[in-house]
Amino acid sequence: MGGQDAGPVPMEGHDFALWEKRVDALMVLCGQKDLFTVDGLRRALEDMGEEAFEKMSYYERWIAAVNQNLLEAGAYSLEELAARMDEVARRGESYGEAQAHA
Amino acid sequence: MPHDHRDHDHHHFHHEGMSPSGHPYRGDNDGPLGYWQRMEIAVRELLVEKGVLTPAEIAAQIEAMDARSPANGAAVVARAWVDPDFKARLLADASAASREMGFDIGPLNLIAVENTADTHNLIVCTLCSCYPRNLLGLPPDWYKTRAYRSRAVREPRSVLREFGLELPDDVTVRVHDSTADMRYIVLPARPEGTEGMDEAQLAALVTRDSMIGTGVPRQP
Amino acid sequence: MPERVRVKALTPPGHVRAPWYLRGKTGVIERPLGQFANPEQLAYGLPAERRPLYRVRFTMAEIWGDAAEAPADTLDAEIYGHWLERVDSHAP
Repeated sequence: MGGQDAGPVPMEGHDFALWEKRVDALMVLCGQKDLFTVDGLRRALEDMGEEAFEKMSYYERWIAAVNQNLLEAGAYSLEELAARMDEVARRGESYGEAQAHA
Repeated sequence: MPHDHRDHDHHHFHHEGMSPSGHPYRGDNDGPLGYWQRMEIAVRELLVEKGVLTPAEIAAQIEAMDARSPANGAAVVARAWVDPDFKARLLADASAASREMGFDIGPLNLIAVENTADTHNLIVCTLCSCYPRNLLGLPPDWYKTRAYRSRAVREPRSVLREFGLELPDDVTVRVHDSTADMRYIVLPARPEGTEGMDEAQLAALVTRDSMIGTGVPRQP
Repeated sequence: MPERVRVKALTPPGHVRAPWYLRGKTGVIERPLGQFANPEQLAYGLPAERRPLYRVRFTMAEIWGDAAEAPADTLDAEIYGHWLERVDSHAP
């Protein structure tokens, strides 16, 4: 996006939430284990298109890219992911409640 | 149970959802569960169940990333300000110089670019959000915005003005777009009037933005 | 005399690390960076050849023409050798 027209740089920041830090950790660790490369992640991010950049937050885009690469690497199946996301949704209303409890 | 800040040796004492310093992460666990958060939970659980990752590895990685901060870069800069030989090594190979100071920067290929009386350097990544994260920690939000990434390469002086930095015309701006495998850190110029200061005092003057090039060090 | 190079003005689809705004632009090699795995193969999970990577310096005038904020300001980017073509400084 270098050189495109854009408005003032928004200066506000935020503290990273736990789920964001976890996405970051998954990205680093799976890369270290050769499940994907940074370039694979970048390719998935670019393939999401301009709309994703406007509508999704940074770590939303990154978990989507991590997942896309893990599916391609065969780390788990789409069927397994779909079932688990559905199960997670039924655990509770908040992120904290949706954690698995051993 | 009250948290005791003196208990720094008890590193094993932090439980699910608590930061390494024993504080809860902010504004997240009680937030509504979104689609992408469900995906993060599902992906993480599947990776753990399949033996790819352990929860301890994930916690350790978060802790390691939390421990990286602009203070690491500030220590490197301050050393370069007081030690000309170190500065030469930093400009020749910033990765090796950072490791020499004990910073675990992983496989990071780091290049240091020096601000002088006639040159000001600015770092950006127009293709994604490459940042010297293994030295400075995670990038600020603005670094990842469309506005910064689009404009830093075309109108850097205007961007710098928004950060409160007005550069004279006789200073050349050098923008560095981290397009591939290198990461960059700016070695800012040592402020005037700091002759009597020691390394720790100097490091306290070095801001995160001064190492990205959107700022200059604090004046003593 | 620094080596002058032009970024190829190609427009393939897919993952490429040569930014759009530099394609077709001429600069000088600031320093060679060594050999790195080709991101165009890595991006698709393919075995990647090692390719030379260069830091290329462009003037803002070269990139943005009359719209440049300060013509003599510069931009450095890392460009893979297979995206560069040598510019003959003696050509008309």
